[in-house]
Amino acid sequence: MSKPIRVLVAKPGLDGHDRGAKMIARALRDAGMEVIYTGLRQTPEQIVAAAIQEDVDVIGMSILSGAHNHLFPKIIKLLKEQNAEDILVIGGGVIPEDDIPALLEGGIAAIFTPGTPTTDTVKFIKENVK
Amino acid sequence: MELIERMLNGDKRACARLISIVENNAKESEEVIRKIYKHTGNAHIIGITGPPGAGKSTLTDKLVKLLRKQDKTVGIIAVDPTSPYTGGAILGDRIRMNDHALDPGVFIRSMGTRGYLGGLAKATRNAMKILDAFGCDYIIIETVGVGQSEVDIVKAADTVVMVMVPGLGDDIQSIKAGIMEIGDIFAVNKSDLFGAQRTATEINMMLDLDQNMGRRPPVVMVTASKNENIDKLYHEIEKQYSYMKVEGILEERRKLNLKRELVELVEEELRKVVLRESDNNGEIENASNKLLNKETDPFTERDLLLKKII
Ligand SMILES: Nc1nc2c(ncn2[C@@H]2O[C@H](COP(=O)(O)OP(=O)(O)OP(=O)(O)O)[C@@H](O)[C@H]2O)c(=O)[nH]1
Ligand SMILES: [Mg+2]
Repeated sequence: MSKPIRVLVAKPGLDGHDRGAKMIARALRDAGMEVIYTGLRQTPEQIVAAAIQEDVDVIGMSILSGAHNHLFPKIIKLLKEQNAEDILVIGGGVIPEDDIPALLEGGIAAIFTPGTPTTDTVKFIKENVK
Repeated sequence: MELIERMLNGDKRACARLISIVENNAKESEEVIRKIYKHTGNAHIIGITGPPGAGKSTLTDKLVKLLRKQDKTVGIIAVDPTSPYTGGAILGDRIRMNDHALDPGVFIRSMGTRGYLGGLAKATRNAMKILDAFGCDYIIIETVGVGQSEVDIVKAADTVVMVMVPGLGDDIQSIKAGIMEIGDIFAVNKSDLFGAQRTATEINMMLDLDQNMGRRPPVVMVTASKNENIDKLYHEIEKQYSYMKVEGILEERRKLNLKRELVELVEEELRKVVLRESDNNGEIENASNKLLNKETDPFTERDLLLKKII
């Protein structure tokens, strides 16, 4: 039995829809991964708690609200507090180019902006999960 | 194993890691279960089953809320189907249980069936043992949405709650044959919808017809999404559990399930040994050729293969 990669997909923040998150969830499933889908409006604390109980390899977050500069660092900080910084954190959504370098610097493994083919995300995950 | 120590001391991350081990690694899994087995047997194991979309996750969420009010700790294993084509899965039961994510007394784990067909995953039983050793007072197993034959939950749980909904129509008849028998308690969910009373009546009639049952399962009408009558369901769950305990049925049932588990383990290992041995020597291949040419018959070959190994 080969171990499937487990990914938690969340859409934190208070705004709108989760179309993007659902799309990526399906793409990852079709690539043979187990996707734990947690839906809308999760707080960073809830996301990290779920990631730990689910023992995921990756947390994927879709953020549309412009709160990325707050939410991503918060997740990284919480993971560190739990000694779980081995979990890969990736993000997608509407994130200005200018903000990306700082996020990557802060421990986010990759940011996929709108229009990136889902195959890129799949490939990145497969290459970066040990 | 350091992980086991940590898990026994209440470390959730260690508990989660151990569940991954029993899902992914057969050899290590054995080691884990050998070490923790003596710590199991204390949790009340509740199976929540029923057709897809019946409200199993929503109901689980509300049951957990009620159990937490009484300071009981709860472990949840929520099983969803794995795609047979890609091996991937979307595990979405958790969406309905997000309120408990931060509660230290609740542990929620989603699990893909990974090719297993009985409504649970192969690793579910071992994951239950880990949550049991972890100290959960209750363990709730949500099965995949069941159709006709997904009845493995009955081999794993102390109490099986069968969730039904109005509007199944003739389906009640078709479900009956396969899975009605396994319910200890029937919950008619979505009682806010038209036809719920009728569904309850139909189930009651069906249960009244069934003669050779032990305890006649109660039927409870609930509305999980509005948190209505969950206390009544809980009351029935407790009643059934103490009835089983007093009558010695609980012990009997657990023993029967352990027996089934053991037999399955033996079968599995035997199969592996036989196939490994005979595959290595090309014997199965040779026998198949002989069968094709009608030089022998399947039963003679079976006996020959078995004789060589056992
Ligand atoms: N009207 C009504 N809807 C409900 C009730 N309980 C749950 N639902 C809704 O039914 C839908 C399915 O609920 P879930 O709890 O996900 O059902 P499930 O049985 O876990 O589904 P699967 O795990 O996919 O088989 C959701 O949209 C719920 O909001 C209820 O009491 N009344
Ligand atoms: Mg569900």
